[in-house]
Amino acid sequence: MTSASESGFVVFDRVQKSYDGETLVVKDLNLSIGKGEFLTMLGPSGSGKTTCLMMLAGFETATHGDILLDGKPINNIPPHKRGIGMVFQNYALFPHMTVAENLAFPLEVRKMGKDEREAKVKRALDMVQMGDFGGRRPAQLSGGQQQRIALARALVFEPELVLMDEPLGALDKQLREHMQFEITKLAHDLGITTVYVTHDQTEALTMSDRVAVFDDGRIQQLAPPDELYEAPKNSFVAQFIGENNTLEGVVESINNGRALVRLDGGEVIDATPVNVSKAGERTKVSIRPERVEYNKERLHADAHTLKAEVLEFVYMGDIFRTRLRVAGNEDFVIKTRNAPDQRRLKPGEQIEIGWLPDDCRALDA
Amino acid sequence: MTDTSETGPVLAADGTPLKRSLQRALRAQKIRALALIAPLLLFVLLTFIAPIADMLFRSVENEIVSETLPRTVIALQDYSGEETPGEDVFAALYTDLAIATEFKTHTRLGSRLNYEQTGISSLFRKTGRRVKRFATDAYTDQFVALDAAWENPATWVALMAEQDARSALPETASAYAGWTSIVLDDNDDPATEQPADFVYTALYRELAANPDVGAVLENPLLTTAAAAVPDFETVDIRAQFLDVEEDWADTDVWKTIKAFSPNYTPGYFLAAVDLQQTVDGVQQQPEDQRVYMMLFKRTMFMSLAIMASCVLLGYPIAFLLANLSLRTSNLLMILVLLPFWTSLLVRTSAWKVLLQQQGVINDILVWIGLVDDANRLIMMNNQFGTIVAMTHILLPFMILPLYSVMKTIPVTYVRAAKSLGATNWTAFWRVYFPQSVPGIGAGCILVFILAIGYYITPELVGGTTGTFISNRIAYHISSSLNWGLAAALGTILLAVVLLLYWVYDKIVGIDNVSLG
Repeated sequence: MTSASESGFVVFDRVQKSYDGETLVVKDLNLSIGKGEFLTMLGPSGSGKTTCLMMLAGFETATHGDILLDGKPINNIPPHKRGIGMVFQNYALFPHMTVAENLAFPLEVRKMGKDEREAKVKRALDMVQMGDFGGRRPAQLSGGQQQRIALARALVFEPELVLMDEPLGALDKQLREHMQFEITKLAHDLGITTVYVTHDQTEALTMSDRVAVFDDGRIQQLAPPDELYEAPKNSFVAQFIGENNTLEGVVESINNGRALVRLDGGEVIDATPVNVSKAGERTKVSIRPERVEYNKERLHADAHTLKAEVLEFVYMGDIFRTRLRVAGNEDFVIKTRNAPDQRRLKPGEQIEIGWLPDDCRALDA
Repeated sequence: MTDTSETGPVLAADGTPLKRSLQRALRAQKIRALALIAPLLLFVLLTFIAPIADMLFRSVENEIVSETLPRTVIALQDYSGEETPGEDVFAALYTDLAIATEFKTHTRLGSRLNYEQTGISSLFRKTGRRVKRFATDAYTDQFVALDAAWENPATWVALMAEQDARSALPETASAYAGWTSIVLDDNDDPATEQPADFVYTALYRELAANPDVGAVLENPLLTTAAAAVPDFETVDIRAQFLDVEEDWADTDVWKTIKAFSPNYTPGYFLAAVDLQQTVDGVQQQPEDQRVYMMLFKRTMFMSLAIMASCVLLGYPIAFLLANLSLRTSNLLMILVLLPFWTSLLVRTSAWKVLLQQQGVINDILVWIGLVDDANRLIMMNNQFGTIVAMTHILLPFMILPLYSVMKTIPVTYVRAAKSLGATNWTAFWRVYFPQSVPGIGAGCILVFILAIGYYITPELVGGTTGTFISNRIAYHISSSLNWGLAAALGTILLAVVLLLYWVYDKIVGIDNVSLG
């Protein structure tokens, strides 16, 4: 799916962007977004994700390559003619207009009649459950309410594509989770294509149909959330998405889709080779904290195990988070469910840990 | 909050009302804050507020007439203004002037009244020189001839020591008191000097009007004098005055004196709006003397014109400053501030060099051939020159507040507008511009208030048609010395500014003014 296909509703075809003519902020971007899809661009700041969004919106021009919307190149179309709804990071609600005026603005500039305008504004406000707030000024609303209005304003002129630039960044945790749910529901109900930019991986995982992980101006992986989490393609994605334990070592052998990795401390473990191809290559082995097992009865008889010392035990309510020293790595974390039969480890305790080879992925160093 | 049925004041833990408790806790803080600002507060009060208040007070103060001519002012109380006043008024004026001449206060009064009616100053000076030589010494001689005791200062001291005598002969007593103050002022003893003629004149007039005084007071000297007075040779004081100067018969002089006899006068304010106070009420000044309303209107018009050109020129620059890259905008900012740091006088003089008929602009236009050498443009010593020079000088005051407001308008607003379908112009006009209005408001207030009181530039490049009301105020302060009128003009200017400020607050709202 990473190559540009003609079938996509939004297509980035070998797009590059440079601000200063010396470095590329976006390097060879190829991306195809299907109609009605909810795609998230995820990445650390400076990874080029916002630049991509701005190019799509028309506020930045691509240095090279084409951006196609519904099959038509839009490089030379000014932003106001693209008909793309956009929700900004700080909402960008016009402070001198009331909520209703804000919503009516895109309809007004489209020369829509007054009655039709009012009907649409009312419908959009009801859609975000803000029907009674039309007469207020944005400053009189809470952050969450402003967020809803910004969303309603981006949708009121019924665009087929909506862009969202970290729209939930300014909200507190609870409200953010609630709004995540509302935005996805709305997007799916209305069947709008959504491109969502965030640096919050939880947001990306819970909301999206597909997530494009950006780093260093490139898409590192484009996949549905579960695939991204469980089968990261490289160590950047593994590190960036969710919590992750890394052990460094050298590949000893690769046989039948199983790699034997000798860690720097001398221990040998099983792993699934992902982007290592031959023996002798350095690798970073990645294991999710919740896939680590220390109860010997649940491990395979022939599974390789490692010695570990408990450094810290944190009670987090639904789970226990235990920090271990494993093969010289002091930040090895395991997470266990708070179940009645679960043993609580004590600092200083010596245990043995192991995992299924499928959960342990040998990635690039 | 714990007990909603409680209706009394909220109490602190120790039982005192919470409000008082809070006040006590904050008192030390307030005193400390006050102590910190006290030096500046005192400085401003003493060197700024107090002089201004004193200056403003001068615009209504008018004690000079009633202080210099107290008897005349009383005598004029019932004066109608239809004809020259009678002998009583002239007698009172005689006493007042005789005393005022000794203290030389009559010339100051003359200058003061000259503001209201030209010619009064010389009238007072001339009369002042002659008043001592009035023929009223005839009365002195006749009293002395009647009884030599009248010549003796002790007689007068004794007579005036009696309370009954003073109240029976009020005018004489008042004249004698005035004379005493003159003698004391010369470091002489009233008990050893013979009173002046005007005291005898007052006595004569009172005895003639009221022959029973001597009998009532049981004073033989007065009784004899009262009996003899009807046969005295009389002196017509009115004729004496008219002899000095015919103008004393002019009712206008008397109307002016009467009109300005109260301690406080609206006269300066009326003059400041081209009105004048007459006995017949407030009237317009004669057409050829109306200047101030025209000047006020011109000042307002030109300040508005300067303000408008500052907005037109400053807005695009501020917009650029706020939206260009930091490097370029810093360079631009220095260009904006450079004239700001240059002396006002230098900049104004530079405009003189540019605008005059033999100046740079005219030379270039003639050289290009756009303007004929014989018909060089007149760009200075008129309103055009003042507006051009002042727009340039006040431009930074418009640009800086505009810039600081524009700097705070996030670029996302315009982007949002465009993404919603607005063209560049619509996005600017409907979204960006309304948010920059507070900056325009601040800039306009700043420029307008500075312009309305500007002095140096209009003085240098304004000529006669491009000057402001402030130039007139300066003229009255330093040249004509009519401080009362200058104060009244200044007060009106201040009131106009405050009024406009209030109107602005009502229309735009002062909360909408932002300096950044």
